[in-house]
Amino acid sequence: MLSLVLIAPSILAVAVFVYGLIGWTAFVSTTNWNDLLPDYSSAGLANFASIFDNPRFQIDLRNTTVFTVCFVAAALVVGLLLANLIDRRIRAEGFFRSVFLFPMAISFIVTGVVWKWLLTPSSGFNSLFHLDPTTNRWFTDETVIHLGSDSPVGRWLGDIGLGFLTSTNFGVPVAMLSIVLAAVWQMSGFVMALYLAGLRAIPDELREAARVDGATELRVFRHVVLPLLTPVTISAVIILGHISLKIYDLTVAMSPIGPGFGTDVPANFMWTTAFNDNQFARGAAVAVVMLVLIAIVIVPYLIWTGRREIER
Amino acid sequence: MTADAVRSDVLRPRSLSRARRPTVRASRFVLYAALLVMAAFYLTPVYVLLVTGLKGFDEVSLERMWDFPRGLSLTGFADAFDKLAPNLANSFRLVIPATLISAAIGSLNGYILAKWRFRGSEVLFPLILFGMFIPYQAILIPLLQVTRGLGVAGSIEGLILVHVVYGIPITTLIFRNYYAAIPNELIEAARVDGADFVRIYRDVLLPLSISGFVVVLIWQFTSIWNDFLFAVTLSEQSNWPVTVALNNLAGSFSVEWNVQMAGALLAALPTLLVFVFLGRYFVRGLLAGSLKG
Repeated sequence: MLSLVLIAPSILAVAVFVYGLIGWTAFVSTTNWNDLLPDYSSAGLANFASIFDNPRFQIDLRNTTVFTVCFVAAALVVGLLLANLIDRRIRAEGFFRSVFLFPMAISFIVTGVVWKWLLTPSSGFNSLFHLDPTTNRWFTDETVIHLGSDSPVGRWLGDIGLGFLTSTNFGVPVAMLSIVLAAVWQMSGFVMALYLAGLRAIPDELREAARVDGATELRVFRHVVLPLLTPVTISAVIILGHISLKIYDLTVAMSPIGPGFGTDVPANFMWTTAFNDNQFARGAAVAVVMLVLIAIVIVPYLIWTGRREIER
Repeated sequence: MTADAVRSDVLRPRSLSRARRPTVRASRFVLYAALLVMAAFYLTPVYVLLVTGLKGFDEVSLERMWDFPRGLSLTGFADAFDKLAPNLANSFRLVIPATLISAAIGSLNGYILAKWRFRGSEVLFPLILFGMFIPYQAILIPLLQVTRGLGVAGSIEGLILVHVVYGIPITTLIFRNYYAAIPNELIEAARVDGADFVRIYRDVLLPLSISGFVVVLIWQFTSIWNDFLFAVTLSEQSNWPVTVALNNLAGSFSVEWNVQMAGALLAALPTLLVFVFLGRYFVRGLLAGSLKG
């Protein structure tokens, strides 16, 4: 009984501050509160129509998709590579592990400030590697790689009624790749730690058995190790994916909006809409869209881990 | 795996003795070359931070970014410290109480959810966990209203409250898994001896909780120190923690570039030191925070 009384305040706090406030945000997104003073009269879905009509938000959705796909893929590859390098009975293992992991301990703001200077076209990597600053513009590059409407593929898409796919809204903003680079620097060590824990949970007998059967190291990795790491990979994708969908600090410190909104993200749009422009209802609508995107990733994961917990 | 992650150092090298094949020297060479190249990549920002921070104003130019400083100068650090000292103090005033309160609450919740299960506690747990994954944007607008309603708007107390509340999911998770790994027989034996809820916690679990506390304290210290979103939205300028002040400093055109770099190093130093000295526990928190290792 005492246990219920003691945990009640925490349950109440989560109920109010997580679920209650989410509910309130959802409510605000359906009101006319688009000025400094609250106005709770109903706007229906007008705020959602307004943000989806906004070219900036359309670009943000493109940016967040590009960022999420590139960042998750790159962090997984680099993390898996690092884990495999480390897991080879190397000398000074602790040193290398720490070097790959320490960026996790510092804030996205610090990372953003440092990488902004490392990728400033007039300095940083450009001057270290003698790269031409006019062609290597990093996060100041306004180029959006996309299908040309008069390219063969673009014309074919137009013929079958998918011509809109040739718009820059379905392209890859080059500036965003600089943010990806900084984010991978920060987070790949975390993926390494996950994979390393996974690798070391695999009994040596399993690999040994495959080797005895004549499998090459590459085949052992592909057919024995990698399948056993699948749960780790799923966890890593979910964790990285939800972080990248809400990325904010890093872009704010490095390049808040970018050329042609090239590094703008929904979180930044939400913040400026609500707290700079006082359009709270529209800001809330952006927040609701972000929450839905993240819930699609997280809720199945929580159910999946919950089931695995019960099975054990 | 989660519980194991908290309990022991899961990253320790395999101890099995796989008979070493005649090492192909070339492949070891490639291995170490790859490791060193990657290490250089990860350490590059640190190098730039240090050499830039240690340069005097006359030496700071974008063209000479990579050069060693000709003479040691601490003016960059001194200048950055002058500008950021009040904010570093704010960060400590925020982080220390918020971290301690978070850990205490997490320990209590974890104890209850692991050892005093009640009807519905299995459903409750994932509902609590959901709170650590939400984008805080989804609660930010009403949260500002709530802090105003409670009279803590703009203050450090307000930020402490917010970090404690939104820290409940992760601290509860880590402690629950930590306590779940402690055998129930211990609890049963104490109960047979007549120990109640409080005494079992105080006499049986608490003495076994030290490394759990270290993990949670480090985790909360790092994430609250590094927070930007809550701080930039909820605190007024005089109460800005160092992340917000650094971002402001870096966005200002009048602040020298070496001062920005020195400031970034100062802002990173506390959590970096924690990582250097207590990295093992930091990794356990990382793995526990990902639910499954």
